[in-house]
This record gives sequence, structure tokens and C-alpha cells, in this order.
Amino acid sequence: MSLTYLEAIREAQAKLLRDDPRVFIYGQDVGGTFGGAFKATKGLAKEFPGRVLNTPISEDAMTGVAIGAALEGMRPIVEMQFADFSSIALNQILNNAGTQYWRTNLPVPITVRLPSGGTKGSGPFHSQSMESLYAHYPGLIVMTPATVEDAYTMLIDAISIDDPVVYCEHKYLYYHLKADALPSEGMPIGRARVARAGRDLTIVSYSAMLHESLAAAEELARENWDIEVIDLRTVKPLDTSTVLGSVARTGRLLAVGESFPWGGVTAEVLARVASEGFHLLDAAPARLNAKDTPIPYHPNLWSAHRPSSHAIAAKARRLLRE
Amino acid sequence: MLQTARRGRKKTGSEAQAAAAVHERYLEAYRWMLLTRLFEEKLASMYRGGMITGGVYVGKGQEAVSAACGMFLRKGDIFAPLIRDQAGRAAFGEPLVDVARTYLGSRLGPMRGRDGNIHRGKPREGQLAMISHLGAMISVVVGSLMAKRWRGEKDFVGLTTIGEGGMQTGSTHEGLNIAAVERVPLVVVATNNHYAYSTPNEREFACASLVDRALGYGFEGYEMDGTNLNACLETIETAVKRARAGRPPQLVVASILRLAGHGEHDDFSYVTDDIRKEPFAQDCLKCAEVCIRELGLADDATVRNWRDEALRKVDEAVATAQREPAPNAGEEDWCAISTRELCDPVE
Repeated sequence: MSLTYLEAIREAQAKLLRDDPRVFIYGQDVGGTFGGAFKATKGLAKEFPGRVLNTPISEDAMTGVAIGAALEGMRPIVEMQFADFSSIALNQILNNAGTQYWRTNLPVPITVRLPSGGTKGSGPFHSQSMESLYAHYPGLIVMTPATVEDAYTMLIDAISIDDPVVYCEHKYLYYHLKADALPSEGMPIGRARVARAGRDLTIVSYSAMLHESLAAAEELARENWDIEVIDLRTVKPLDTSTVLGSVARTGRLLAVGESFPWGGVTAEVLARVASEGFHLLDAAPARLNAKDTPIPYHPNLWSAHRPSSHAIAAKARRLLRE
Repeated sequence: MLQTARRGRKKTGSEAQAAAAVHERYLEAYRWMLLTRLFEEKLASMYRGGMITGGVYVGKGQEAVSAACGMFLRKGDIFAPLIRDQAGRAAFGEPLVDVARTYLGSRLGPMRGRDGNIHRGKPREGQLAMISHLGAMISVVVGSLMAKRWRGEKDFVGLTTIGEGGMQTGSTHEGLNIAAVERVPLVVVATNNHYAYSTPNEREFACASLVDRALGYGFEGYEMDGTNLNACLETIETAVKRARAGRPPQLVVASILRLAGHGEHDDFSYVTDDIRKEPFAQDCLKCAEVCIRELGLADDATVRNWRDEALRKVDEAVATAQREPAPNAGEEDWCAISTRELCDPVE
């Protein structure tokens, strides 16, 4: 049996619906025979009648409904059709879900699924990576699974967590990644993973950028550089100690992300390493993000807008020579 | 009947009984209104004396609408009040001391100094804690009602309030629409107090009446005079009953004038002399007092006793909260999530 990243997300939701009567899925086009814009809920409405519900095009209200249901004991999964459209629901996610536990002592166990990141030809409004924005606000857990196995176990974990989870699933990985089987258990949430061990330089990445980083490490291996690659898995909480442990081994840090460059996850990684592990560094830490423009439509522009494995390798080479 | 009644005809026995019940309810509502007015006057004076940090937001002129909102709800219902709903919150069962605690930031209050003034609630008891972003709570109530339906609960209803200002947000539009799509037992009480902070109706919306929107959303709609307590009680009672009975969601639009500033920091000098002469600018509390006196529902001594008793309750609530400890930043738990092991370690 071989499963894609997308199928793992579907399987996780099927298992959750099967095992937990509190779970329901709420989003645009998720129900009926359609099963979602990307088919992440294909067949689930039929298998679980009344629990996989189509909604109006109302990201704010979809999320508000989930919050209200969660306050009454349900475990809703909200599917945003694209991460980009979750901007309409920012208020509910940040100000309502994100503040609820701190203010009232009652947590809001909602999971908001964000089909994230760029694919060719998707343009400015169907390609965004929003994890940095959500991670900035208190009260939320932000997951960015990069593998089929993590996509599966982390979504199951997300629903078991009593707090709101923003689950960023990468659209580029939907069909590109495959696994032979789904694990029954994953690594603990909040722990980063050493995806490739090395001793010359640490690349910290997550989501689709993990795979670009691993390809860059392969490219550099042909030049006899030994690159360590960290997969953050969750960007909030951010596993600073695994990152620092890696930098202690390599002395060099490059953080790679697909979101916009101002602030964000890579800036956070650099700030933590610089402030907590300055003495570990043999060179100034570096980062690589998407460009500070809207995400372009044409593949020629798009492939230069996001960090590619070659761009990562080029940046790493400069860092290795310092 | 009551404020709209003509007097003279002799009542039959059952009519008299029904009238007595109506009178009793009217007087109960009046007492919630009175308590609210006196409590909010106290809060406003404490604010002016520098004893309350942040702000004080009162419902002066809106007490009749608000009291009626709280009175027809019962345990198991969901109430999502807004800024000017002290009367409704009290009628729904919120202890006065919790209000004082929230304004004074007591550690023993429901918000423990983490949030203040009208941003308070106990979601476990069906009193949702509003956020400041208007319209955001409508869909939250819808979700809570859906959860109750899934659990197989019966005869429950949700009620949330909004103003004519909040009626213009995208969140309100999405919330009203999704309520009708999900066919939940919801009552939305929208009070047009004629100003969104300082902005008058003509810069807020251009439709003839906000109640016309009910049809567009698939709600049943009602208009009422928010200065007339009896109209508020009858209309909201009907709306709550119909929602409970499985009718489509209900929209009640009340008309009043806000008789105070947006908050106590605001002198409301933008309210024109012309608008102050409109019938909707009457003070609902005074109108109710006139009605009580004219119909002889309670004698002056009884009303005076109620006032004294309300003042005692207000003083007691404030004194209790004042004795309680304030939050201590050094002892505060600075973790915004309940899953402590997932709290981000950054400083």
C-alpha cells in the first residue's frame, strides 16, 4: 500500500470521525459527494452522515461556529479551502479562539486546516504560507507537517489537544510525497526532528522547504559538505533546544522558510540562536525566505520567488566559506 | 396592557390573573433595570474618581431591552450579551459581584484581571464572554447551539445582542446567514441606539429599517419601541418562544437613544438637540416608573424600598470586590494555552 500526504490527511480525519463522536468537519465543499477542493474529505460525508458539513463562503462564521461548538465540548475541524482565505477568519482565530483560555479558563479545542504554500500557477491568493502570522499571536499551536507520517499523526494529535491548533498542510506535498504505511504513533508534538545528520552546517526548515533543504544537502554532499537538516514540525511551540543542539555540532545556521521575509519563523529561529547560542556560532547566521512581493503566477517567476534547493545550496555555500 | 393599556373595563377572573402575572413580570423587569441603573451610576462615579482603570460602559436607556433579553432565558440556554447588557446579564443570573470584580480586576472574578469591564462571561454556564469585534459572537452562539442539538438536548435557545453599529460588520452578515442555514434556535436582538460611537444612523446604513434584513437572511423579524418595557417583554418573549419551538432564527430590532456616552470617557456632545426630542429618546426607566405609578402596580413606598435594597446590593458587591486581591504579575501564570507542555519557551 502506498499513501500520499493528502491521503494521510483524509485517513486521519476518517479515523478521528470513527473514533471520536465529538469530531465534525466544517468547511466549504467538504461535504456531499464532492469531498473538498483537494479531496481531503473525499467520501467522508457518506461514511459519516451529518458530520461533514458544507458551509457558506463565510470563513469568519465557519470558525465562529467551530469555536462555539468547541466551547460546548465538540472537537471541530475547520477546513479553509486555501490558507489564504483564512485571513477572513483571522479575527475569530486570533481574537476569539486564541484569547479564550487565557480570558475565561475554558480552552477552545478547534483545529483549523490550512492548505498552504505555493504550487505553479496559483498566484497571489492561492499560494500563501500563513504560519508566521498565526505563530505571532498567543494562544495557538501551529503545526507544519513535512512528511506523510507527520501529516497523519500530527492531525490526530491536533484534535486531541485542548487548545486551538492551526494545522498548515502544504499543497505542494499533497501528491508529491508518498509513504508505504501510516504509523500508529508519531514523535511528540513540539519536538523538532533531525531529518539528516551532518557536521558542517545546520539548515532549519519545515513543511515543503524541508524537501528543498534535503535536496540542497544532497547537492552539497557532492561537494563534500556534510549538512544537517532539522524539520521543526511545529513552528509554535518552536523546539529551540533541538536547534541549539544542532548548531552546537555544526557552528553554522541557515533557516529556510516559504513565507514572506519580514519577521516570521526564520527570523525567530535566528533570534533565538543568536541570543541563546551566540557562542556556538562560527559565522553569522543566515536565512532564506520567499521574496517580499505577492506570490507570482507564472512558473518562471514563482520558482524564483520561493527558496529552491539550488538557492538554498547557494546560500549555504556562502555561509560555509565564511 | 400596561403602558399601552386603556383603563376602566372590569376584568374577568382569568383576565385578572393573567394581568397579575404580566404585572409581576413587569415589576421584576423594572427591578433589574433599576438595579442596573444604580449599579452603573456607581461604576461611572468610581471611574470619574479614578477607582476604575480602562473604561466604564453603561446601558443607560437600553435597560428595558436588555432586561427582557435575560428574563426569558433559562439554565441550559446560551446568552452572548454585548456592551450595554448589564440588565440582561443580571436577569440571566450573573452575580453583581462578578461585575464589580471584573471592573476592579479582582483575582477572584471570572476574568481574574486578565480582561475587564464588559468583556466578561462564564462560558461553562452559557454566558459567553464577548470580544470587542462586533458580530463575532453570533456565529459562536450558532456553534454552541449546534453542539447542543448534536448532544440531543431539547428546548434550548440562544440569544445574542448587537447594535445598529455592529449590524454593519461582515462578521454579523456571515453570522446571521449561517444561523439561518443551520436553522438553529437563535434570537438576535439588535438595538438601534442611533449612534455608532459618534456616527449617526445616516452614515451607518441606508435601508429603511434594519428589520427588513430579517427577510433577506431567512429570519423572522420584529420591530419594537425599546423605551416601552412592556413592548420589550412581549416581543422578546414571543421571539424566544418561537425560536424554542423550532421556528427560523428571530431578529428583533429595538429603537432607543443611548442616554450616555459610548463609554464614560465620552461626553456625547455629538447627540443633537433634535434627536433628544424624538419619542425613542425617552428614558425607559422613567417610562416604566410612570406606568407603575399610573396603574398602581406598586406604591411609592415599595418602589423606594426596592431602590434602597438595590443600593445595598450595589454597595455590597463593590465593597466585596474592593476587599479582594488584585492580580500579581510576579505570581501570574503567563501561559496562554491549557496544554502547558506545549507552551513556547521564548521570553
